[in-house]
Amino acid sequence: MTDIPQVSPARPYPFSPPVRLDLDPTYAELRRTQPMVRVRLPYGEEAWLATRYADVRTVLGDPRFSRAASVGRDEPRMTPHRVTGGILSMDPPEHTRIRRLVARAFTARRVEQLRPRTRHIADELITRMIDSGPPADLVTAFATPLPITVICELLGVPTADHDRFHVWSEAIVSTTSLPPERIREYRDNLHAYIAGLVAERRTAPRDDLISALIQARDQHNQLSETELVQLIAGLLAAGHETTVTQIPNFIYTLLTHPDELARLRAAPQLIPTAVEELMRWVPLGVGSTFARYAREDVDLGGVRIRAGDAVIASLSSANRDETVFDDPERLDLTREVNPHVGFGHGVHHCLGAPLARMELQVALAALIDRLPGLRLAVPESELTWKSGLLVRGLRSLPVTW
Amino acid sequence: MVSDYWYISVDPYRCVGTGICASAAPQHFALVNDVSTPLAERVAPDQAVCDAAECCPMEAITVRDRDGRIIAPEP
Repeated sequence: MTDIPQVSPARPYPFSPPVRLDLDPTYAELRRTQPMVRVRLPYGEEAWLATRYADVRTVLGDPRFSRAASVGRDEPRMTPHRVTGGILSMDPPEHTRIRRLVARAFTARRVEQLRPRTRHIADELITRMIDSGPPADLVTAFATPLPITVICELLGVPTADHDRFHVWSEAIVSTTSLPPERIREYRDNLHAYIAGLVAERRTAPRDDLISALIQARDQHNQLSETELVQLIAGLLAAGHETTVTQIPNFIYTLLTHPDELARLRAAPQLIPTAVEELMRWVPLGVGSTFARYAREDVDLGGVRIRAGDAVIASLSSANRDETVFDDPERLDLTREVNPHVGFGHGVHHCLGAPLARMELQVALAALIDRLPGLRLAVPESELTWKSGLLVRGLRSLPVTW
Repeated sequence: MVSDYWYISVDPYRCVGTGICASAAPQHFALVNDVSTPLAERVAPDQAVCDAAECCPMEAITVRDRDGRIIAPEP
């Protein structure tokens, strides 16, 4: 057995700081020349990075790669602190045991029942924008309150508390935007807040997801109390940090691709297809994280990954793989064959994907319908982007109509 | 119940290829051209099959007993 020589030292990763929604061209070069490459993230041990679609899906979907094995390792990561616990640090069957409790609330069928209510909320927000008159910041006037209201109603979290937990939720996606002690403090606050709600619902159950999860824990002993609180906090935070960010990313993308936007305005029935294409094309993540560990030696992408090696997978790079997507750099809202991995792949495929899809479809439909003249209120160069987060997103999106 | 069997079916029109079932229960499911396919339609009772069916966001997987009663997903 001869070792495969290590050709080049680990590259610093992410390759460059995020610029708008531009994907670093290094990914395309690596897919061509060195599809599995050694990288060093800001914190933790070195890792392999998978950039090709097929390899990314293997890392995320093949049981030879484990998330649970990251526990106790110096996991490669973007944050000084380690994030442990929660279903993202579990493998089947433990992972499946917990996921199934909550998965039922997020099926496409169940989420479809929330569509009329979601459209109603969207319409109310747009009416408020119209009443106040242009310009408006689409982030605060529309993209933030819409998903927050929906996830709060679904979980049974009082929307009135949103000012508090919205601040704390940033801790879930923060890398350097908050100092480490603040991240810990916010995370603790969020967990204490959820623990309080759980205590309340245990005394007085309602028709909401928190009550249903409490019932699963108390009657069937299927969840520990910590798992319960972590799960709800995760759903609350993930349930809005992502969609809150993606709605402005999508609208920005459409406003800067006027030909594609015109197609959508002329044929709004394309919206579901358009949402899939925007999920493919918009690189939401800044770099990649949540390393998988090889349980055994695996040959992948021309290299031998040793048992115990960490591997991260770039969803954004997979979504631009030219062997899977025709003309991958092009935004094509009518793209028919689109097996993108924007929501991930395998056991950790985004739990909220059906909800996010529905919310994104409703957001685009409502804005196209009600504000046919929607456009940027400032030159594109004046838009400001968030930094120090795991996701790319606009600080504000001034629009007029 | 020792000699009982369960029957797995996947609706290929509902399946969107998330890969959840194939990685949670690789002994029962595989993705073939991005569509989940049961490796065997008749299987010995196994909790992993039910968990996979319950976790499918498209409810594309159905597990039945030999009398055709649905075991998973729960309605």
